[in-house]
Amino acid sequence: MADAVAIKDGGSAAVKMSEGKFGLGTLSQETLVLATTVVIFLACALFVNGFATLPNISTLARSVSVLGILGVGMTVVVIGRGLDLSQVAVLAICAAWSLKLIGLGYGLAAGIAMGLGMAVAIGAFNGFAISIIGIPALFTTLASGTLVYGIGRWLMLDGIITYAPDNQPFLLALGQGEVLGIPVPLVIFAAVALVGHFILSRTSAGRFVYAFGDNAEAARLTGVSVRVLTIGQYAFSAAVAFLAGLVTAGSVASINTNVFSSSLIFDVLLIVVLGGVSLSGGRGSIASVLAGTALIGTLLNAMILLDVQGDVQNIVKSVVLLGAITLDRKLHPRDEETARQGDL
Amino acid sequence: MADTSFRETLIRLRYKWSFQQFIAELLQKRWMEPVVPFTAAVLVVLAFAFLIPGYLTVGNIASTGRQFGEFGFVAIAIAVVIISGGIDLSVGSIFAMANFIALMLFNMYEVSAPVAIMATLGAGALMGAVNGFLIGYVGLGAFLTTLVTMLIFRAILNLLILRYSVEMAISMGDSRVWDWLGGGSVFGIPANILILALVAIVGHIFLSRGRPGWYIAAIGANRKAARHAGIPVERHLFLTYVISGVLTALGGVFYAARLNSPSSDTGVGMEVLALTAVVLGGVNLSGGKGSIGQSLIGATIVLVLINGLVRFGLVGGATSAFLGFMMLLAVGIDVKWSRNRNKAIEKIYVVPTYFKLGKRHDISPESVSPYALNNRLRDAEAIGLGKLDGPEDVIFDSDGNLYCGTREGFIWRFSGKDLQTQEIFARTGGRPLGMAFDRDGNLIICVAGMGVYGVRPDRSVYKLTDETTRTFGKVIDDSRLVLADDLDIAPDGKIYFSEATLRYTAHTWATDALEGRGNGRIIVYDPATRKTRTLLQNQIFPNGVCVAHDGQSVLFALTWACRIERYWIAGPKAGKLETLIADLPGMPDNINRASDGSYWLALVGLRTPAYDLAMEDPGFRTRMIKRIPNDEWLYPNINNGCVVKFDGRGAILETLGDIGGKSHPSVTSMREERGYLYIGGLSNDRIGRVKLSGVDENWNGPASYWGNRP
Repeated sequence: MADAVAIKDGGSAAVKMSEGKFGLGTLSQETLVLATTVVIFLACALFVNGFATLPNISTLARSVSVLGILGVGMTVVVIGRGLDLSQVAVLAICAAWSLKLIGLGYGLAAGIAMGLGMAVAIGAFNGFAISIIGIPALFTTLASGTLVYGIGRWLMLDGIITYAPDNQPFLLALGQGEVLGIPVPLVIFAAVALVGHFILSRTSAGRFVYAFGDNAEAARLTGVSVRVLTIGQYAFSAAVAFLAGLVTAGSVASINTNVFSSSLIFDVLLIVVLGGVSLSGGRGSIASVLAGTALIGTLLNAMILLDVQGDVQNIVKSVVLLGAITLDRKLHPRDEETARQGDL
Repeated sequence: MADTSFRETLIRLRYKWSFQQFIAELLQKRWMEPVVPFTAAVLVVLAFAFLIPGYLTVGNIASTGRQFGEFGFVAIAIAVVIISGGIDLSVGSIFAMANFIALMLFNMYEVSAPVAIMATLGAGALMGAVNGFLIGYVGLGAFLTTLVTMLIFRAILNLLILRYSVEMAISMGDSRVWDWLGGGSVFGIPANILILALVAIVGHIFLSRGRPGWYIAAIGANRKAARHAGIPVERHLFLTYVISGVLTALGGVFYAARLNSPSSDTGVGMEVLALTAVVLGGVNLSGGKGSIGQSLIGATIVLVLINGLVRFGLVGGATSAFLGFMMLLAVGIDVKWSRNRNKAIEKIYVVPTYFKLGKRHDISPESVSPYALNNRLRDAEAIGLGKLDGPEDVIFDSDGNLYCGTREGFIWRFSGKDLQTQEIFARTGGRPLGMAFDRDGNLIICVAGMGVYGVRPDRSVYKLTDETTRTFGKVIDDSRLVLADDLDIAPDGKIYFSEATLRYTAHTWATDALEGRGNGRIIVYDPATRKTRTLLQNQIFPNGVCVAHDGQSVLFALTWACRIERYWIAGPKAGKLETLIADLPGMPDNINRASDGSYWLALVGLRTPAYDLAMEDPGFRTRMIKRIPNDEWLYPNINNGCVVKFDGRGAILETLGDIGGKSHPSVTSMREERGYLYIGGLSNDRIGRVKLSGVDENWNGPASYWGNRP
């Protein structure tokens, strides 16, 4: 009897606690981000000239699609408590190599297959170095990205920019085409997001990714083949990065390998983390990426229309991210007793 | 027969010195950690010196040196952060920002050089403080935070350059200090290298000797443990990033003074270079381990490599490829190595050598040998039965009280009628082994794991010695006493004691038998001068020590060699070592005086044919150690021993045994006292007492050494 009373009391205390947070704690981060996006979107539609036009929305969708595609790959890796900094190198080098091979007359299918094969090999190598050798993901992908970029520039490609070969309408359509009035990049992003969502929420491999990200040791002890799982995650991320590269190549008919030294990887991390995917693993979903992509896309588009300087844009993005992770830290304070060593 | 002995000689030579042991000892040294990166650095420099003509010219060295003087600061900065368990990606941006601020203050506002430098360092500290605040106090992740600040600092810098570049291009400051920083040198050493060396030395002392440095490393090694230990984690993480900011800014100042160019791509990609450098130097990426020296070695490798590749005429891509490759390789090796190092040492730690034991006596009860076993110990009267855990040595004081040391580290005393009163006399804190009384009635004890200690009659414990002279040329520091075993005191008060082995502890001592190598030593401590000196090296498990009745020589037992040695300490043969008894039928332990001028000797175990054979085949023992788990190794028999009496010339007089080991299976010591013999055992649960017949019923140990007390 006394026990029952105690449980009842504990229950009501818990309800009170969640009420004390003004409902913030009960809201998921993606809902919060989506709400912010809607507010910003409406504000922009009202106050920014030329924002709420169909061509602009279409441009917005095109421009954020590549980011979103990369974000899906990154999300899968980050939920598994990893990090893939080699995405941009794969995007640039593998896609450019594909273009070069197609230009040399290997044919579209063969060129794309070889590019994809290289990307998957790089991803698998990342997974191998991380799960079997045991190098931290940050260093593995930082180094492998540098290595891939270096080898690509040094031995595989001829110059900084690789142009898309002529007479390849399919390639250009990937970036510039429309299906039923919807830009193809957006369609690809939607497809990739659907596949990612399906894998993460409907397959055992996807559930294992969450389990591994939440508690790697427990997942291993339960019998999850964690090494294969890790290799698979990075291979998926690299394959998705290659696809993003093809979309990029299609939209501007070329690949500029200097994208490697841009802040693109930062933007990818930005949308992933903003949407609520935690770098300590196990938390987040594809919905997080969609929310993050929508917010950043709207923000970037508005800033471009307002003719805000690139550096100022960077500062705004950075401050937004800083605000998001600080808020996250306040809502989910670090528990020093259970925090794992080496959390980045 | 001749070629058997030739073969033996060959085997003996083959196993005499062990390269493996040398490696195992080397691997245990802390200073071994940066040796691999250091060798790599030397090799890279040499390779380029051979491959590129004119590489080692003064001009090239000087220009690489100046770059090193700037990059080195950044490498140290990032090393400090990594040791704290974090990462700092914003160093490149802070570096560029410092470069710009220094140039702006010095050129545009014409501030004097020292003020400009101090202000720039202040700005570096401020930028570091932003990182430190967010990471330390707000609790954000280091990677994301510094990635964000990297972008913010860079964006602010670009905006500043856009705003001020024209004004900066037309103004020019002038200062001798500034010029010296950029291009000056002392005895041909560039100014920035001098400052770097200074900072490195101060930083090394700070990190390895100072309290904040220790705290930073502790946080990096285990943040939770550091917090539990009461270390202010937040404050020290903050401090770490401030240090990083200041050091990076210092590098930026030198860069500014050298090149005088506020370009916007300054420091781009520097964080990757610095990370690679630190990793190549061997700083542990998971935090807690690493030094400034290591990061500088890594910085050398990276700079020399890049410089060399550029001189080879390879395009930018090749440099990236090499950097990425080197980083993967270095981290991969580091990860594998730090994970498997202890396992590797364990695998190669036990190093058997060749040792041939002599003929084994027939000790069966029917034999006519003086060693013929009997059952005289079986019916020994038990003292402290079930209340003692391993009385290795037993001893009497001049008043007839009995003392023994046990596994818990206690010294027990038995006194009163029939020694029925048992009490704890003293607590040593280690594993008390051999004991002796000195002239003043202090109980001197060899404490395994600690050294030689004394207990005064008022029960206070004091230390005599815990280290001896270090052997010249030996890799490991052998000055600490690891396993002091038994001791005795000469008439002049000098304490002669044995250290059974340097390579094993009180728990693993039996493994030393598998080596058959001389790992022990005989040491002498002189209470008058308080000096400890190693007398004899490379003894095969020296165990019991006893000063002869005439005080002219010291007898000691070599357990695995089954020998009793005599070392002359006085008289015409002083300093000479000779074998008194060879080929004992068992492994000898303590030696103590008997009342009739002869000596008692405990045999801890009896030799077996299999063990004797194994000692002649080091290859067999090596394979055994590598291939099967250690509870299945062939150990010597230390389960069944006996007591033997021998005279001053080494003749065996009698034997007291316990066939089947009912009450005294393994005997490690015995003392004669007023007509009785008292028996101790390292893993026994009692002290045994046997009545002796035909001996001096008033004989007492300490009196035999120091005369009867008035």
